[in-house]
Amino acid sequence: MSLLELDGVKVHFPIKKGVLFGRTVGHVYAVDGVSLKVEAGETYGLVGESGCGKTTLGRSVLRLVDITEGSVVLDGTDLAKLPGEEMRRFRRRLQMVFQDPLGSLNPRQNIESILSEGMVAHGIGKDQEERREKIKSILDKVGLPSNALSRYPHEFSGGQRQRIGIARALVLEPDVIICDEPVSALDVSVQAQVINLLEELQEELGLTYLVIAHDLAVVRHISDTIGVMYLGSLVEEAPSDALYAEPKHPYTKALMSAVPVPDPEVEDRRERILLTGDLPSPANPPSGCRFHTRCPWVQERCSTERPELRDVGGGHRVACHYADEIESGALKRTRPTDIEAVTETEGVVTEQPEGATEVSVALLPADSTTKPDPEVVKERVSSAVEARSDQTADAVVKDADAANPNASGKTSDETD
Amino acid sequence: MSLLTVDELTVTFGGRGRKESRAVDGVSFEVDQGQVVGLVGESGCGKSVTSLALMGLLPHKGVTVGGRAEFDGTDLFTMSPSARRDLRGRKMAMIFQDPLSSLNPVVPVGVQVTEILERHRGLKGGAARKEAAHLLDRVGIPDPTRRLKEYPHQLSGGMRQRALIAMAVACAPRMLIADEPTTALDVTIQAQILELLKELVDQEGTALLMITHDLGVVAGLCDQVNVLYAGKVVESAGRRELFAHPTHPYAHGLLGSIPRLDSPRGESLKPIRGSINDRIAWADGCAFAPRCDRYEMGCLTGTPQLTEPRAAGHQVRCVNPVLDDAKAEEVPA
Repeated sequence: MSLLELDGVKVHFPIKKGVLFGRTVGHVYAVDGVSLKVEAGETYGLVGESGCGKTTLGRSVLRLVDITEGSVVLDGTDLAKLPGEEMRRFRRRLQMVFQDPLGSLNPRQNIESILSEGMVAHGIGKDQEERREKIKSILDKVGLPSNALSRYPHEFSGGQRQRIGIARALVLEPDVIICDEPVSALDVSVQAQVINLLEELQEELGLTYLVIAHDLAVVRHISDTIGVMYLGSLVEEAPSDALYAEPKHPYTKALMSAVPVPDPEVEDRRERILLTGDLPSPANPPSGCRFHTRCPWVQERCSTERPELRDVGGGHRVACHYADEIESGALKRTRPTDIEAVTETEGVVTEQPEGATEVSVALLPADSTTKPDPEVVKERVSSAVEARSDQTADAVVKDADAANPNASGKTSDETD
Repeated sequence: MSLLTVDELTVTFGGRGRKESRAVDGVSFEVDQGQVVGLVGESGCGKSVTSLALMGLLPHKGVTVGGRAEFDGTDLFTMSPSARRDLRGRKMAMIFQDPLSSLNPVVPVGVQVTEILERHRGLKGGAARKEAAHLLDRVGIPDPTRRLKEYPHQLSGGMRQRALIAMAVACAPRMLIADEPTTALDVTIQAQILELLKELVDQEGTALLMITHDLGVVAGLCDQVNVLYAGKVVESAGRRELFAHPTHPYAHGLLGSIPRLDSPRGESLKPIRGSINDRIAWADGCAFAPRCDRYEMGCLTGTPQLTEPRAAGHQVRCVNPVLDDAKAEEVPA
């Protein structure tokens, strides 16, 4: 059995309106049904762009946010149902390393105080003397001098602060450490130091990591298994090497092709799949496959039927109806993805199959104009409404034709 | 002759009784028409200060700018403030890192774009609005006339950055300075923005000074790359040359410490030890010496000079550079 198992975890945040009596007018579907397993002694990497719910998922494992539905099982205990005090005691076994090393350390506490706080709370060590010895040995493990004990966070550099954050997790001897963007606030040369430290500690102490990061290269470097998230759900999960060698989900393909590689030879050669548009709002996610509004291979079925994660062999799971067809090349791109791809809204509105627009229009709640959700989706949908109401379907098609030659005309100019 | 020639640029903060700190310490480089030149380095290496000095955006008090910067035949540092204002935005424009904080949150995007057109091109009213819409369309913002009326918070991050780029290219400048234009954006959006910049350079022949910490971005975009460390250029080369033969131990170390998407898993990274705080003054020797693996006594005898090791245009500031033979024996270790 796996050490940590998440089954159908959902975290929905209510959107409140009104001053005195907060009515709930909708939900932000931050995490919307994620199931994954983390094996003991391994590293599970979660990647995705900002707003995809990866941080919320990490926090929900620790119950730092309330889980709406689903279960988080650590070593046979369902954390989602634990009462407060028991959960608090359980947190010794689950620790977190935060993204911003300065922001997550109290500037008025010295390092000894920061590191012993958790130990006191969990009753580790008989007296301060014993705790101090323990802290010293951990500081040594993370590569900090023992005279750091009486110093304050501002006296350290960014990389050292992150080491303090890691030490704070380690003093409690946890089973699982959740690292939320552990290196993204650090300079490149220091990033590598922290990544190496995490790897060494894992080897030495047999730790299990759940690493959350937006940098695919970092995640690939340290993870055994990688899960790719898009808009609250996993779209693909595979062993690190398999994911890199054969990304199957269109989103993973696009993400991989967008990561710059520090090698001009590779950069000049490789094919890019440029996605059009931005991430839709998680308060108003697209119907069917969450990715269908940006997918280069979108089909009619994608906008109505939500694909489940299915096993395609070798521990590789993918949530796409057409992964095999795309793989074999049987399915051609239905939406231009190249550099001079059509602009966002036009692309979405005019190139979607008929049904898709109607569905997204139907999805738009009546009071959506007052909702504090990012504008993109609303824009798309409302312009779809405009297009629908102002013009007949023929006119829309004509519009699309008019827009496309434009775009392609630009293309040829530009490539010249 | 180059469009922009920067010669021994120095920027010093402080003075007048306070401790001086030199952010940029004799940086020289050239940018040609239609060329993309990269300034690469970690935080605190002086790359952003260089760009602000060139744009004349540093505060007047407490900052001393030295050296020369010649743009299109005129000296930027001796020209009158009003001439500088005419130049800025018209011939030289800048794209900033954080698109949300560089746009005015209480002014519609349209007003912010037309402001530039009114100031520099004398367009008024409807003509300015029409041109602004055209500009937004040009940088790939859909439905530009409606967007012009919106406020920055109503746009997504990628679109805000596009709007900033539209403002920068409003007067068809001869030179663009982009200070970490994609750092605040997601990778898929970053790819879109980089394509847009590439397109502008290819089509208009605009010169682009790209300031970034991301070597991946540099590899895909820049023609000439300058690596900065503690306010000095430590290595300068064409991008292919630099990535194939990084000679300065710092550049070499940086490339070794980045996890690459295409490198086999399990290969451990070779980090540079210490942090940028561990440095000595350039006057005493090489600022990188305390972190360097190839450190020797010669590193502490005065400032090392830029030398030309092999290929033309490849300069390095190091007494004990990583040459190919040395690299070969270093790899297994």
